[in-house]
Amino acid sequence: MTDHLDGNVLAGALSEVFTTDVTAARARCGGCGRMSAIAEAMVYTSAPGLVARCAGCDQVLATIVDAGDRLILSLAGLSAIELRR
Amino acid sequence: MSFATRGFSGRRREADTRLPPGQTLVQDWPVLSAGPTPQVDTADWELTLQDETGADHRWSWDELLALGVEDITVDIHCVTHWTRLDMAWRGVSLDKLFEDVESEHEFVMAHSYGGYTSNLPLEDLLDGKAWIATEADGAPLTPEHGGPARLLVPHLYFWKSAKWIRGLTMMPDNDAGFWEQYGYHLYGDPWKEERYW
Repeated sequence: MTDHLDGNVLAGALSEVFTTDVTAARARCGGCGRMSAIAEAMVYTSAPGLVARCAGCDQVLATIVDAGDRLILSLAGLSAIELRR
Repeated sequence: MSFATRGFSGRRREADTRLPPGQTLVQDWPVLSAGPTPQVDTADWELTLQDETGADHRWSWDELLALGVEDITVDIHCVTHWTRLDMAWRGVSLDKLFEDVESEHEFVMAHSYGGYTSNLPLEDLLDGKAWIATEADGAPLTPEHGGPARLLVPHLYFWKSAKWIRGLTMMPDNDAGFWEQYGYHLYGDPWKEERYW
């Protein structure tokens, strides 16, 4: 059984925060330093929130919690995101 | 006629009073997971309890079971809005683990194989309120449900009942665990709907 999806499932929630499609953006994992598109992350959706993990080292890159009238976003596991103009 | 209707509504009322606000009854047991499922053999499993003296209290699988496994029937409330009533568990009371532990600290961080954490006040783990659970629904806990052993703290939302438990660390402050850092409530009382910050 596949217990996770790829980072494209983050597109909807992240579109509430960013003006561009961030799933296509590259980002650096704060754990292992791997550079990859957000869409390549492993996203666990059967959880109290969305949990995106690095495909290289499993570190939590980002979490999104739907708190009703609020969205609580953490990007604490990323050291940087590259947003193309 | 009124007897029959009173009996039916009486059962309904009983179920409703056991359902915290915003919760829905389920009969199955949904699997929730924030990461890969650790596969831990009981031969390798170990539970560590750390206090501020630096002394570690350790139990192997057999040592844990030797403390005494008890039957527990409790209601489970998940923050994702499902509730299961009268769920049958077996496990070891945390009162037994803390019997010889001297600590001034009032908080505990639960640590899991795989890196998950959750914070709890010590008083919520004592006096018959929490267990290291090894069985549920009449069978050993499967890895998907946190086996070989998970924390069981049924009076708080179920994310506090950390799957794949491997350690309990005493803390002077109520530091946030995994979901508590990312938006969920520091305490998590289902009857007060303490879901988010």
